[in-house]
Amino acid sequence: MEVAAELRNVTKTFAEKRALDGVNVQIFDGEILALLGPNGSGKTTLLKILASILRPTDGEIHFHGVKVTGQNVEKIRMESTLVFQKTVLFNTTVYDNVAYGLRIRRATKNEIDYKVAHALKLVRLEGFEKRLARKLSGGEQQRVALARALALNTRLLLLDEPTANLDPKNARIIEDAIATTSRELKTTIVMATHNMFQAKNLPHRIALMENGKITEVGTSTEIFERLSKTLASFAAVENTFAGTARVSENGSTVIDVGNNVQVVAATKNVGEVSVFVSPEDIIMSKSRFESSARNIFKGKIVEISDLGSVVRLKVDVGKIFTVQITKQSFSEMRLNLNSEVFLAFKASSVQII
Amino acid sequence: MNMLDCLIASLQLSFSIDPRIIEITLRSLFVSGSAALIAALWGIPIATIIATKDFHGKFLIKTIFNSLIGIPTVALGFILFLAFSRETGPLGFLRLLYTPTAIIIGEAILITPIIVSLATTAIEAVDPEIANLAKTLGASESQASLVVLKEALEGVFLAGIASFNRAIGELGIAQFVGGFIFGQTELLTTGIWIELQLGNPGTSIALTVILLTMVFTINLALNTIQRIRMRGREWKSLLSSEM
Repeated sequence: MEVAAELRNVTKTFAEKRALDGVNVQIFDGEILALLGPNGSGKTTLLKILASILRPTDGEIHFHGVKVTGQNVEKIRMESTLVFQKTVLFNTTVYDNVAYGLRIRRATKNEIDYKVAHALKLVRLEGFEKRLARKLSGGEQQRVALARALALNTRLLLLDEPTANLDPKNARIIEDAIATTSRELKTTIVMATHNMFQAKNLPHRIALMENGKITEVGTSTEIFERLSKTLASFAAVENTFAGTARVSENGSTVIDVGNNVQVVAATKNVGEVSVFVSPEDIIMSKSRFESSARNIFKGKIVEISDLGSVVRLKVDVGKIFTVQITKQSFSEMRLNLNSEVFLAFKASSVQII
Repeated sequence: MNMLDCLIASLQLSFSIDPRIIEITLRSLFVSGSAALIAALWGIPIATIIATKDFHGKFLIKTIFNSLIGIPTVALGFILFLAFSRETGPLGFLRLLYTPTAIIIGEAILITPIIVSLATTAIEAVDPEIANLAKTLGASESQASLVVLKEALEGVFLAGIASFNRAIGELGIAQFVGGFIFGQTELLTTGIWIELQLGNPGTSIALTVILLTMVFTINLALNTIQRIRMRGREWKSLLSSEM
């Protein structure tokens, strides 16, 4: 299989901090490679180096066999594009945002019109051309950012946590667009994520990152099988817990994750496992609520992070769960640190790794 | 002539078609407009570099430009007078003293710190990832800088207006390097001063009214254009969302 991009012994230091430490990785043509690791593990730095907007302190980058140097960096940059985790949009219309890269490439007006329309269709934003991009909702803005990258049809597409901070509907649209692009255009995609579910289902291969190093590379099956018992402690990713699974009398799987917290999952499993619950799948309320959800916990808010249109909360129910709600819900519920809340999620939302 | 008569006479003069008043007004516009344009031509690239690049001495340079915003026009005018003096000044050979060109150069120097400081602040307020975003979409370094500048356009525009206002309202430089040569270097500000010295307060008031009206009108017009441009985009966006 042809190598699309390769990092050879790449190191990047910022002042005293070593963000990347001797990274070696090959990215194959047409594959989706997921970079999976906790915050601060070096995923974003690696993507920025691949996008040629950051120069490594040491090491080499090769793009389709050509070494990236100061002389050819602007030319090679044309072959890739990066969608940032924090949505960045130009202060103009959706059309002008998506058309920017095409104009840089001196595409004709007809070509731009066609490609903008096609990219917006992929992210289901047809008819949004004249809207001001920054006036859209958070999810729609991130879809514009993805459309802007897809319109260029570059050989390498880099995505930094493309669905982080998004509601399930927008996240699904983005995941579908990524899958379609990979399937139909055979675009090489490198995607940073700390969403276990996404890492398990979307990519062809996974590279595990920790402390600026790539510790493992393999297919998702290989990685999850090899690390099923230690993944929770390794990745330190949100809502991932190690525990012991048993099948209950009614046929569902109950996983004891410690501190008197038992999670019910829909799939049958026994023994030592790791489980993951997507923050977007957890419903939160201030009062105990009637729900068909098999998992209901009472806890206390221990951390609040404002992420723009959504708010991310850490709730201690014996184990720390991360929950994501809209800013409007957050205001309406009048939540504060130490507020008591109830969490609920379906057994089918629990992924056993 | 009592104060009321004086005011009435001056208002009549303000709105009359006096060739000298028209000439002074147009010269003031030309001199201050040219100074603002020149200051923008070198000030905006300087501001872009200061705001977007990291280099040693950046803080010191920013502090110097910020401090120079308040430089007294009389002090700068006197320094330029010494520099342009035909017999002894190091730039005397240029024979610019008592010409509109000398006033344009002086005012451009005067307002450069304003445009650099305000434009730097506006550019620094732009999301630092905008330049990186442009680059990931294929932009070169200079194209990425242009995008950042475009994002900061409102602030840069404000810097331009503030600079023009400072230039058209200053007196010290126009006095020292322009003198009061009728028909050649006389401006609204110097006209106000000299007419008062000559015992014509009515003409001074008339020129003051013109100066204030002109500054207000120009600012109103520029702000209106900016507002229409923004509203236009918002309306288009709104109409598009309702279709």
